[in-house]
Amino acid sequence: MGALFPLREVQGCFTARQVMATPLRIIIAKPGLDGHDRGAKVVARALRDAGHEVIYTGLRRTPEQIVRIAMDEDAQVVGLSSLSGAHGFLFPRVCELLRESGLEDIVVFGGGIIPERDRPALIEAGVSAIFGPGTTSTEMIEFLEGLEV
Amino acid sequence: MDRRELARALSTAESITAPARPLEPWRVLGVTGSPGVGKSCLVDRIATHWLSCGERVAILAVDPSSPISGGALLGDRMRMASVDAGDNVFFRSIATRNVPGGLPSRLNRMVDLLVQEGWTRIIIETVGSGQSEIRIVAVADRLLLVEGPARGDVIQAEKAGVLELADLVVVNKSDLDGADRVADEIRLSLNLSEGESAPVILCSAETGDGVDEMFAAIDNLPNARGPAIARARERLLATHQENLLSHPNFSDAIKGLSEGRLSIEEALSMLQ
Repeated sequence: MGALFPLREVQGCFTARQVMATPLRIIIAKPGLDGHDRGAKVVARALRDAGHEVIYTGLRRTPEQIVRIAMDEDAQVVGLSSLSGAHGFLFPRVCELLRESGLEDIVVFGGGIIPERDRPALIEAGVSAIFGPGTTSTEMIEFLEGLEV
Repeated sequence: MDRRELARALSTAESITAPARPLEPWRVLGVTGSPGVGKSCLVDRIATHWLSCGERVAILAVDPSSPISGGALLGDRMRMASVDAGDNVFFRSIATRNVPGGLPSRLNRMVDLLVQEGWTRIIIETVGSGQSEIRIVAVADRLLLVEGPARGDVIQAEKAGVLELADLVVVNKSDLDGADRVADEIRLSLNLSEGESAPVILCSAETGDGVDEMFAAIDNLPNARGPAIARARERLLATHQENLLSHPNFSDAIKGLSEGRLSIEEALSMLQ
């Protein structure tokens, strides 16, 4: 696994936050019936190696469960992974439920197989960023590190 | 305090000022055991049982932080899908943040807050190894030690401490070969100590065999069996270590030591 992405580079790229603050608490979630979680696990591992506390939900969670987990774990960020094509319903639903629960300050990002043409609607619905195949872990971490949370 | 306020307050446990909980009736069950013996699956079973009895169940699952990056991958809740729904169950993942000495008192405050907020049963699931393990379980009112088959010699020296403190020993995975023998070995070992020994129960979180006996044993646990002196010792050591770690001169002392400017006695005197 170590050879798949440049861990050392990840560790070195933003020591500032590690030194100055408590780690981000990040939920990595698999909404819906999609059973592919290799990508989610690689992302979870990269975020851990970047000094953050990552809670992985396991497969097949409902948007309701994901929002509930984000609340109980006092998370600042939720990452949603989907490779099954159901992102168009699931991602906005998570954003909507977060707002209904008063958790609109939680940042949502997405990843997986998300076609370019679907992305504007997801951003409109409240997803802050989408990271598709080929994204480096450094790119994703720099985005999260730059958040005002 | 609503659910969200509670979740937030638990993040700043250092500032929590809930009154210390009464020791009886007992509320806090510590669940410990080596990695892979099935702690999470058993906790899922126990939580489901208590929920069906009308209890409000909070689970605090402790996992280690990476000593290199300081980050943590907290995956206990993926094995416990039953905890993600219902108002009467609360699940929180906790990273050790590399201050195992400081974790017990933080956990203790979290537990006091949960009790104050009306949670009637609290389960602390621990990492499963090392000396700090005993410190963490010293927070619990009662202690359940989980063992499993095929672990070689189960009565390892490192387990002796926890085995002495355990109020109940559960040998999980009874559907696999060798579980009976492990249970017998543990019983034999416990019988060599003085006084009444902790019950040893065989069960399988996977099939459900024996879990009813485990529930009955948990619900009928007598007074904390673990020697009061040993528990008090762990609590005292934990608090002392925390005070040491939070001492303003701590990092200077470490630096001085590592650079050879200070002797160990001089470093200690800086921390008085």
